[in-house]
Amino acid sequence: MIGSDVSVSGITKSFGDFQALKDVSLSIKKGEFFSLLGPSGCGKTTLLRVIAGFEEPDVGLVHLDGKDVTELPPDKRGCNTVFQSYALFPHLSVFENVAFPLRIRKTPHRLLKDLVMRHLSLVQLEKHASKKPSMLSGGQKQRVAIARALINEPSVLLLDEPLSALDAKLRQHMLVELDSIHDKVGITFIYVTHDQAEALSVSDRIAVMDGGRVLQVGSPQDIYENPRTDFVARFIGDTNLFSGTVIEREGEIATVEVDRLGRLAVEANGEAPVGARVSVAVRPEKLHISLSRPDSSLAEKNVVAGRVEEPIYSGFQSKYFVRTEGGASLVVFRQHAQWSEGVPDIKWKDEVYLTWNPRDAVIVESSHREDEGPGSRP
Amino acid sequence: MRQRNFGPIYALPQGLWLTVFFAAPLGIIVAYSFLAKGLYGGVVPQFSLAAWHTLGSPILLSVALRTLIVSIVATAITILIALPAGYSIARSRNQPMRLFLIIVPFWTNFLVRVYAWISILGAEGFLNDLLRAIGIIDSPVQFLYNQTAVVVVLVYMYLPYAILPLFSTIDKFDFTLLEAARDLGASKFDAIVRVLLPNIKGGIVTAVLFTFIPIFGAYAVPLLVGGKDSYMLGNIIADQVTKTRNWPLASSISMAVTLIAALGSLAFLWGSRRPSPALVVDSAEDQGLVGPDTANAGSRRGIS
Repeated sequence: MIGSDVSVSGITKSFGDFQALKDVSLSIKKGEFFSLLGPSGCGKTTLLRVIAGFEEPDVGLVHLDGKDVTELPPDKRGCNTVFQSYALFPHLSVFENVAFPLRIRKTPHRLLKDLVMRHLSLVQLEKHASKKPSMLSGGQKQRVAIARALINEPSVLLLDEPLSALDAKLRQHMLVELDSIHDKVGITFIYVTHDQAEALSVSDRIAVMDGGRVLQVGSPQDIYENPRTDFVARFIGDTNLFSGTVIEREGEIATVEVDRLGRLAVEANGEAPVGARVSVAVRPEKLHISLSRPDSSLAEKNVVAGRVEEPIYSGFQSKYFVRTEGGASLVVFRQHAQWSEGVPDIKWKDEVYLTWNPRDAVIVESSHREDEGPGSRP
Repeated sequence: MRQRNFGPIYALPQGLWLTVFFAAPLGIIVAYSFLAKGLYGGVVPQFSLAAWHTLGSPILLSVALRTLIVSIVATAITILIALPAGYSIARSRNQPMRLFLIIVPFWTNFLVRVYAWISILGAEGFLNDLLRAIGIIDSPVQFLYNQTAVVVVLVYMYLPYAILPLFSTIDKFDFTLLEAARDLGASKFDAIVRVLLPNIKGGIVTAVLFTFIPIFGAYAVPLLVGGKDSYMLGNIIADQVTKTRNWPLASSISMAVTLIAALGSLAFLWGSRRPSPALVVDSAEDQGLVGPDTANAGSRRGIS
């Protein structure tokens, strides 16, 4: 099996008054594990259905390996779909479910049996070949759906929230399995999910979507470390978001006067001229929390003083909600290990200092001012 | 501990009802069929197999055969119309309205509806007037009083009984399955035959029974819109009761109709509920008789 590259260009799709996709363009590389990530209603499933051929776009084109497939029905596209609800045929056994595409193509019996068993073993279900779908667990159904979608040797596999019906533990397990299946078959995977942790852990690249648009496309690291908009920063992981005004710019470091928090040094990759109103994002795990004031200058580190409003212990880490004198609220993660602190426990109402490196904070575009670039022109 | 089994008590009203209004009349019919006929109708209390012997007469057999053929043809046409109708209602945005329209004819008396058909198909009827107005025919065509008219009106009469059960099963069908089938390479036709139909089998079985059984016992429709050659068993029974006054024969024919309908339905039900080969193999595997390697023997049988 060899993957295809997929490109969608200028896709717009409406259902009645609702615009599900607004001028979406993406290009997905051969063999890539590509995720469409966004909240429900962001258009990610609609985009997948457009690629699969279940929905015809109002405007725009879909290309597979450079060939225009926009007008082709789903059975002529060389993509197969793993449905959110699995969509296994309840009247057929596991074997017959997987064999379904081969029966349609009238594959000779000997070859058929061979192929089906090979695909069932790919998902470790050989022993369940004769069961009906209703006798399987959620994870097993999921694997049947994957085997069935792969047996046509598609060049692209489309996965529509395939793990959403599974419990958390099983989801982790299936995710690893999906990743290894992707490695084995080597075809292009397009994976729709609303779960940022899933998307981050398996994807080669992620497209973050909201309101029918693609907001950012990039590698998991890229999306997490350098979110382009405040929506992306908030949707992927936890984040502290502030707004403020740039008062000084020195190379890649901008000094921002943040409302209710004071002056902060922030890394600015893009445009952030002096005087611009900007949003600043910093991840909670990048903040260091301590009871005594660390000695450092503003250029090196940002230091903010505050009081612990709410400590939440969750085993592998603690989460602290800290309110500053100015009234700004920040969230901090702290790992528990001997190396992490000589500092004693931090408790409710403790006076603390939060410190972070300017390079760990980023300037992001505010989604409320959609049409202006990052750091709007003064 | 206080969970006593009240089942039999709850079932009592139903049991009484069935005994009085169903089992008892049936018993009377069975009894009558084994008695000698009275001179002016009724029976005389004297054991006789005459009525059952008459059943084998060529005339009765030919009517029985015709009844069977008309019933099968009318049922088949009804189902073929009801399937797409039920599908479109199930997929429609305005289900209540469409269901309402299906039920509307029930507000009019059965006989009135048959007479409506007579006024449509009759020599001076709507259809003839229309065809003459367009100029396709010069003199009236006799649409009524033949086998075709009987089938047309029977299909019309029993269509709602087929549409309703089909609608309710198709409504519960997961249409993603059709998308999945299309996605896996099936044409629209393949998807319907291989995925939709097997999954709505229950509804099809119900629709067939709801249509076939009443049509098999049809009386008014062949009487009113059929000709001499469209007599069905129902008409013969009525004649035996009202004209020939051979009540034992009427009883034995009734019994024969009931038996044929019951046995036919049972055979049909059994045939359609038979577990698929895969399930049979499955139970064998559960007992450790079949390994995973041979587990798909059933599916091999499936294509042969």
